[in-house]
Amino acid sequence: MEHIVIIGNGISGVTAARHIRKLSDKKITIISAETDHFFSRTALMYIYMGHMKYEHTKPYEDYFWKKNNIELRRGFVKKVLPETKEIVFSEGDTMPFDTLIIAVGSKSNMFGWPGQDLKGVQGLYSFQDLEALEKYAPNNKICQRAVIVGGGLIGIELAEMLSTRKIPVTFLVREDSFWNGVLPQGESEMLNRHIRSHRIDLRLSSNLKEILSDENGQVRAVVVEETGEEIPCNVVGLTAGVSPNIDFLKDSGIALGRGVKVDRFLETNFKDIYAIGDCAEQHQPIGNRRPIEAVWYTGRMMGETVAQTICGNKSQYNPGHWFNSAKFFDIEYQTYGWVFSEKKDYEAHFHWKHEDDTKCITIAYHKESGVFLGINTFGIRMKHEVFDRWLTEKRSLDYIIEHLIEANFDPEFYTHFEKEILSAYNNQPVIA
Amino acid sequence: MSTVQRNMSLTGEPPKTITTQQKIATLLGMSGLLMLLLASLNVDFPNKTLWFILSLLAITLGIIWFARAAYTAKHEGIKNDGVWFKSISSRGYLGWLTAISLTGFYIVLYFYPQFLGLSKEGSNTGLIAFFDPLSTLLSGNPASQWFVYGTLYTLAIFSFGIKFIWKYRHNRYERLRTWSVMFFQTAFAFLIPEFMARLNSDSFSLPYYDLKNIWPLNYYNFEQYRIDSFISAGDVGLALLLFGIVSIFIITPILTYKYGKRWYCSWVCGCGGLAETAGDSFRQLSDKTMNAWKIERWVVHSVLVFVVVMTTAVVHSYLGDDASAYWLTKDLFLISVAVFLTLLFAGIWFFKRNELKKDARYGAIGYLVIVLVLIGMHFTSGKTLFLFEAETLRKSYGFLIGAIFSGVIGTGFYPIFGSRVWCRFGCPMAAILGLQQRLFSKFRITTNGGQCISCGNCSTYCEMGIDVRTYAQKGENIVRASCVGCGICSAVCPRGVLKLENGPLENRIAPNEILLGNDVDLMNYVHKN
Repeated sequence: MEHIVIIGNGISGVTAARHIRKLSDKKITIISAETDHFFSRTALMYIYMGHMKYEHTKPYEDYFWKKNNIELRRGFVKKVLPETKEIVFSEGDTMPFDTLIIAVGSKSNMFGWPGQDLKGVQGLYSFQDLEALEKYAPNNKICQRAVIVGGGLIGIELAEMLSTRKIPVTFLVREDSFWNGVLPQGESEMLNRHIRSHRIDLRLSSNLKEILSDENGQVRAVVVEETGEEIPCNVVGLTAGVSPNIDFLKDSGIALGRGVKVDRFLETNFKDIYAIGDCAEQHQPIGNRRPIEAVWYTGRMMGETVAQTICGNKSQYNPGHWFNSAKFFDIEYQTYGWVFSEKKDYEAHFHWKHEDDTKCITIAYHKESGVFLGINTFGIRMKHEVFDRWLTEKRSLDYIIEHLIEANFDPEFYTHFEKEILSAYNNQPVIA
Repeated sequence: MSTVQRNMSLTGEPPKTITTQQKIATLLGMSGLLMLLLASLNVDFPNKTLWFILSLLAITLGIIWFARAAYTAKHEGIKNDGVWFKSISSRGYLGWLTAISLTGFYIVLYFYPQFLGLSKEGSNTGLIAFFDPLSTLLSGNPASQWFVYGTLYTLAIFSFGIKFIWKYRHNRYERLRTWSVMFFQTAFAFLIPEFMARLNSDSFSLPYYDLKNIWPLNYYNFEQYRIDSFISAGDVGLALLLFGIVSIFIITPILTYKYGKRWYCSWVCGCGGLAETAGDSFRQLSDKTMNAWKIERWVVHSVLVFVVVMTTAVVHSYLGDDASAYWLTKDLFLISVAVFLTLLFAGIWFFKRNELKKDARYGAIGYLVIVLVLIGMHFTSGKTLFLFEAETLRKSYGFLIGAIFSGVIGTGFYPIFGSRVWCRFGCPMAAILGLQQRLFSKFRITTNGGQCISCGNCSTYCEMGIDVRTYAQKGENIVRASCVGCGICSAVCPRGVLKLENGPLENRIAPNEILLGNDVDLMNYVHKN
């Protein structure tokens, strides 16, 4: 029987396994060095915050795998031998495969900062990162200050996590406003204020120069590049993005760029070896997407796609309209379509912000044609399905504003802002 | 990751810490409880009324102050920090201590009210007598153990309701719902029945009647003493009796059709009210496993059958045989029940069979056959209806379900099994509403395309133990018999995926809702298989 080996038990690998099981009775083995069972990586923060226990982050009960005849193997894959179709574990034993799916995800970026290997310096990606945080930052007595380096989604999550244990946080952000490489100015500035309102010491336009050690090889302080200021701290969170976790493939012969190079069928340069999720790198970007997409949803979609191909229905990875979501402390964020912080030459924005400074939207549209290109929404929930349809139908900005209420997904009895948004839209100063 | 409680400290590390204000508030609340305890021990307070007022005020203000200190200084938003670290909310030492105390209180309340000072002859003493001033003020009568319980129950819903409103002050659905349960408890369960008792005289007497407490939750509503009392009270009594019948057969189906069972379970009901307010800290303790769901379905529907059988037997026992004396005779009643159940069953079978899972079909057929056979045997061989005397059935139901299940286990074990154990496993009213919600209602929880990240907050905080995530991550609507529509899954979702809605019946249970974001052709393949 054909043996499908999946390295990585995250959302990509597990989705692939589930769909392959739906479509076939091939032998499936999922290998993970991280945990025995699949858990939701995006929920790691809630374990540290005490909202959930590890058990709650597992989307399937433990009996699920046996019932569906999916074998789980805990182990670290040291090498892949594509020619002989084998993988080698760190203990030295091997496992043969007919088809291999590489779904190993990411690792935190370390940019060669002095002191980045000290105790108490870590990223926030894996279950082991969470354990390390629990060890070095269990409370505000052992960790009297934490410094976070890198202003993205993981950085702000880490800031929220630490603040629930009342650990003072200094947040070093390279950009001059939080996540403004992605978010337009109005939104990014609103988030600066929100972050500060949670008593986070947000330092914009600030880079890390080096991390200083105490006598035990543990972090003692960081030095800020711009000012030379030394900030004493016990934990440093390095959250300047993630990159594919593919060191083990270096000499395998599998073509690598930043990630594992794959074609539109998610296949590597070897037949029967695929890569999906965070670690896959498209030869050519698809539309406005980046060649490497380290997002929950794209991992899931790639898993669905590769399962089709492996089970005989050869399918391209053909993602629909872009969408994503996040939560910044108390402010929920959703995005549908493309809204760029650095506007493309054809792009214009309509921005509305509520006076309470926790809700705003930005709608991107085509300057000339007025066609709707995408929306960022903060503090107002909106329907994925409706925006997906409007994007497909190439609706105009006028149409979107007028029909915005159809897309509202806030709970019942919530105050609606569509009228306010409409009147703001109608009262815009006309730019000739 | 072990979260075993190693100490019982109230303070501990953040986010377990409590503030100085919260410590004082705890002191205040505990001093109120201490006064009640002393009263139960028959301590003779000099100015009883004053001490009584002080004790209730201390408890109420203690809770409200504690909540204020916990929430109002923080941003609006989800307040679940440290839930699984705190001893009280993670089955730690304080959780067990609370469970044991509550359970003990219920056992005394139901089975040993004399310890609370109930006296068969002469006036009451102890805790019950302590409540006399308030009871006299409201109804003109001395207090009973049920008055003591009702007062404390109402205070709990009121003060923990305030806490809940602060906790969810960013969420209007939660606020309105909580004001609603606070109102229905205070007015309908507590004040109105007491005022109604004021109307009673030697010639006119209404039974204690909480109008929102509908049969079969109110399993004793059609017992002989109440029917006699209703009928003897003339038009008013008759109207109340009719209201009792109309509320289960007409009002309930209409409202449940329009809004789902939440109109009752999380907006009106007293059991639900307590679970949503005082029980809110324990909602995450409900069991989410598939096994628990299976047990739930069998147990709650068995209780429903039990209450139908018991009530039929009780009503049958006091009806007469002579049609000329009263039109509703024993035989006519039994035949009507049999016809009603058969028609109900036939209707569901005809229209909704495909929506019933295998065990639901077996259960429904099995129970119907048993009930009909027992009624048939009664007619053909004259055996006792349902094999037991009506009185035996009534007493067993009252003991097993009314006292042990709903009280001792249902509420006493809040800190162990979660706040809705009774509603989920035991309440026959919830079972009826649930059947209707599942089969014939506009209510559903919709999911938002492909936005679910499977984090598990929704499932964790579902007090009914529904694994909401299973549906959300598939983009499937949640249409579950047990959902009480508390709205917390939607509130705690960090990605805005869940929404409680009333909508058209068509495609309400959409198992193939498209998980957006992927290639449409591919999604067709995925769903075909």
